[in-house]
Amino acid sequence: MTAAGNGDRGENGTPLLEVTDLVVHHGQLQALNAISLRVFPGDVYAIIGANGAGKSTLLRTIAGLHRPSTGSVLFDGRDVTGLRPERRAAQGIVMVPEGRRLFGSLSVEENLQVGASYARQGPWTIERVYEMFSWMRERRNQLTAQLSGGEQQTVAIGRALVANPRVLMLDELSLGLAPVVVQRIYGMLPQILGTGLTVLLVEQDVSQALRVASRIHCLLEGRTTLEGKPADVTADQVEAAYFGLADATAAGPPGEGSEP
Amino acid sequence: MAWVNAIIQGVLTGGLYALFACGLSLMFGVMKVVNLAHGDLAVVAGYLAIGVITVTHVPVLWSFLIVVPLMAVLGYVLQRTLIQGALDRSVLITLMVTFGLSVVIENGLLQFFTANSRGIGAGLALVSGSFTLGSQIQIGYLPLLIFAVAVVVLLGLQYFLSTSRYGRLIRAVADDQEAAQLAGADYRHVFGIAAAIAFGTVALAGIAYGMYSQLAPTTGTDTILLFAFAAVVIGGLGSLWGTLLGGVVLGVAQQIGAQINISDELLAGYIVFLAVLVLRPQGLISRRASS
Repeated sequence: MTAAGNGDRGENGTPLLEVTDLVVHHGQLQALNAISLRVFPGDVYAIIGANGAGKSTLLRTIAGLHRPSTGSVLFDGRDVTGLRPERRAAQGIVMVPEGRRLFGSLSVEENLQVGASYARQGPWTIERVYEMFSWMRERRNQLTAQLSGGEQQTVAIGRALVANPRVLMLDELSLGLAPVVVQRIYGMLPQILGTGLTVLLVEQDVSQALRVASRIHCLLEGRTTLEGKPADVTADQVEAAYFGLADATAAGPPGEGSEP
Repeated sequence: MAWVNAIIQGVLTGGLYALFACGLSLMFGVMKVVNLAHGDLAVVAGYLAIGVITVTHVPVLWSFLIVVPLMAVLGYVLQRTLIQGALDRSVLITLMVTFGLSVVIENGLLQFFTANSRGIGAGLALVSGSFTLGSQIQIGYLPLLIFAVAVVVLLGLQYFLSTSRYGRLIRAVADDQEAAQLAGADYRHVFGIAAAIAFGTVALAGIAYGMYSQLAPTTGTDTILLFAFAAVVIGGLGSLWGTLLGGVVLGVAQQIGAQINISDELLAGYIVFLAVLVLRPQGLISRRASS
């Protein structure tokens, strides 16, 4: 089932997720224009960009919620472009959607149980989520509407984790949350990565993304403007790529950044 | 004493109305489908029961063991094909498709079974048997049985929705289809299961009404669907106990109306229905999730 010799954390092995020339339209509007990216096992791959740059569209297309006009999504070497979102989730592509999207009439525990309904085999269980967040066990019978925004976000992450994803996609974790809460949530990343996960995240807060990411990918109006390791890019390059200043293209070979 | 009697008879009839309503309420609560063919499907189930009893000679009361699974399968198939196809387009299309289904069923029944009404012969002992409470209150065995069935169905449904894996998925999908998909749930399959359950209760409603009264091709729309709607609106959408309460309130209103003047039976029910729509549009018991 897995690609030959694919170690779970091997850098420069075969990519776990490979997106090639993805074009997505919302009606007449072209939301993504020829986006390509490769996420390797163990990566924290951050997609940054301004509002409306197409970050969420990219993540939702990888999750299967949008159909691309052209281009392909390969997961572990297999083409998943035509698969429905629930089939992708069962294979290990799991997304925490923007705005958390918890099930409002279900309790905290029931939210986690739904997340575990079609889980793959793996290290994450509801019990393990409770061990990581002890408050959640105490409040497991509450409706999620009674939780604070940060707590809701944590439950949303827990709901995704219990499915035992291979790629965990996080869409705008920090949206609507206080900075200190955002810090705490990002502080959980090392623990999550320790279980062999790969993370693909969308973040509007560039400095946050640069802190946690092993690779960043900047989008501007549906196009790639910068791609690389945080250590290899300068603040000026990021700024240029983010805002689309004239010297953005000089910052690095856009789109081709991941070519060997 | 006559008034107490009217109220008691109304409560018992309310069980039947709750049985009419719970499938309609479930389909709307989960898939946002207003199934205008709901009543006609109950009539189909009643006719099926008559056929099954005639052909296989199963005891009348046990015919549901065959009819309910048949209707459940029909529900799953209809949901996965016709209704899902309409849902993928728009809510309005869904309304038109179920309306079309209603027309087709009604005319199909007229074509093949004529306009004659027919009942399900549950046996004289059950249909006209009763026991007496006090001096004037007579409680029929059949209305009491139907009321008990309604309560058992609602309790069972409540238990299923709140504790089982599929019950949880049904509630999750009703909350947020997309988030459920991201958790690996195929919402179309979950919809199919919800429809199967709804159609199972529709089958029970049709059989019960066939025993209680008479079924004709038009009974589905002119009685069952209307009473189901009224019960759902009075009780409050999406709440199973509200559905029972709605059925009971409708039944009691009708009986009290009949007590005042026998021709006011239906009118009294609809006046209460309208009053609730105006004064408390969310229904007597509003949905827990909105809190």
